[in-house]
Amino acid sequence: MIKEQYIGLSTIARKEVSRIFRIWIQTLLPSAITMTLYFVIFGSFLGSRIGQIQDISYLDFIAPGLIIMSVLNNSYYNVVSSFFSAKFSKSVEELLISPLSPSMIILGYVMGGMARGLLTGLIVTIISMWFTTLSIYSLWVVISTIFLTSLLFSIAGFINALFSKKFDDVSIVPTFILTPLIYLGGIFYSIESLSPFWQTLSKFNPILYIINTFRYGFFGISDIPVFESLISIVIAIFILWSTAHYLLRKGFGTNL
Amino acid sequence: MPKRNALEIKQLKKFYPNGFPALKGIDLTVKANDFFGLLGPNGAGKSTTIGIISSLITKTEGTVKVFGHDLDSDQQNVKRHLGIVPQEFNFSIFETPMQILVNQAGYYGVPFRVANTRAKELLELMGLWEKRNSMAGGLSGGQKRRLMIARALVHEPKLLILDEPTAGVDISLRRLMWDLLQKLNKDGLTIILTTHYLEEAEALCKNIGIIDNGQIIQNTTKKELLSLLPSESFIIETTKKLPKTISLSCTQHQTLSDNSIEVQLNTEQNLNDLVLELNKQDIIVKRLSAKANRLEEVFLQLVEDPK
Repeated sequence: MIKEQYIGLSTIARKEVSRIFRIWIQTLLPSAITMTLYFVIFGSFLGSRIGQIQDISYLDFIAPGLIIMSVLNNSYYNVVSSFFSAKFSKSVEELLISPLSPSMIILGYVMGGMARGLLTGLIVTIISMWFTTLSIYSLWVVISTIFLTSLLFSIAGFINALFSKKFDDVSIVPTFILTPLIYLGGIFYSIESLSPFWQTLSKFNPILYIINTFRYGFFGISDIPVFESLISIVIAIFILWSTAHYLLRKGFGTNL
Repeated sequence: MPKRNALEIKQLKKFYPNGFPALKGIDLTVKANDFFGLLGPNGAGKSTTIGIISSLITKTEGTVKVFGHDLDSDQQNVKRHLGIVPQEFNFSIFETPMQILVNQAGYYGVPFRVANTRAKELLELMGLWEKRNSMAGGLSGGQKRRLMIARALVHEPKLLILDEPTAGVDISLRRLMWDLLQKLNKDGLTIILTTHYLEEAEALCKNIGIIDNGQIIQNTTKKELLSLLPSESFIIETTKKLPKTISLSCTQHQTLSDNSIEVQLNTEQNLNDLVLELNKQDIIVKRLSAKANRLEEVFLQLVEDPK
């Protein structure tokens, strides 16, 4: 039984990873191009006028945020688009009629999302090395933040796909919720530079905690407490996983 | 030791969220190694029943057991025994037939190497080996149907359910698929078939259930079902122009053209008497054919007037 589930899980994961490489122009290349443009425009052109933030050059300051942004976005998009496409083409029925447990189905897709998220994170990190002089302050914070973030947003993407009934629904959350939260999450600035009102408001943005924790891993500085932030991500993962599992087990978004 | 039933359905009900009662409490038993035909008009509840058995549709009430495993308490074992060929194509058009089969086997826990071997055998059996590396979206309708049958067999199920598998398939291919299904059934596989081609059900099925308006209105052997037919219609073509009046004592008849008539025989009457009577009137029978498939006539009578 365990072996059966393991083979099923590795089948989904293998299928998802091969999909990432099969359509690499859609999955891997855009992040590389977009992030290069961010480094060139915000970093090199504008950054030289901005100077330093918290004693760090502007290019170095934005690099961790850009890496984690690509991880987060790609993890989310991979799962939501892949699972929704399977729903749309009805090929998801191949999985639903099989003896695979809901946990294995979710985990298989999440592994695909994490593979893409971490791969694009690696690509963006390599690109950033042309522009910045990043050094790591705390390796375990860097690694745990990147893994947990990728896991969290892969699960979130899965839930989005369960709720989606048409292609428009796939992009509503990323466009109207995720993108504003990412841009207002302190990738390009420190919340110390904001007025007290906006500082308080920013603290309700969960992405702020992820970006600052990841940045702490490189520079040892953060606008928020790092350990509490990592605990919060773990709690959020648990809540979203339970939600995704409950919805899939009940056939929400997949069964009639 | 008596064989376990392949499928046992009791008081199965399904009400869709809009209140539509798709199934109104059906009971159905299919014995192991049966070739069972589930017939019914469009919207009768056939696909809903199959959807519930395959866990794609959530039932409202009732029990479903596959080889003794309960769908509610032992769903994974139910799924292990089932192979489903749905009505609509439901595979990724961006994958190749080989990938589709190997992945499907993987979902059932078949190791990669074994899955590859089985996929090769099934693709060869279905005449799809040449297309193994083509995108599934580019296959013809018949090839897609065969791919879905191969996919349903790759994990070696004990119960194969086919929802109109030959819809849109040309006659020669349909005959090939019939041969294949009969061979699989002979080898021990239990098969449940829904089809709109009643000659298909008549040719293949041992037992037949008829579902209409969410209820099973007949569930019996094919032989018993055909015995319900009170009369059969035949078309007779003659060598010469027919006389204006024909007297046939044994049956009702009507003239269709100058050299063809339609006659109706009940179950006690035989064709030989009819031909002899025509011969006596100097009418020579050139050709004789059944007006409609026998099962089709029973089906129409039952569905139009279930009483």
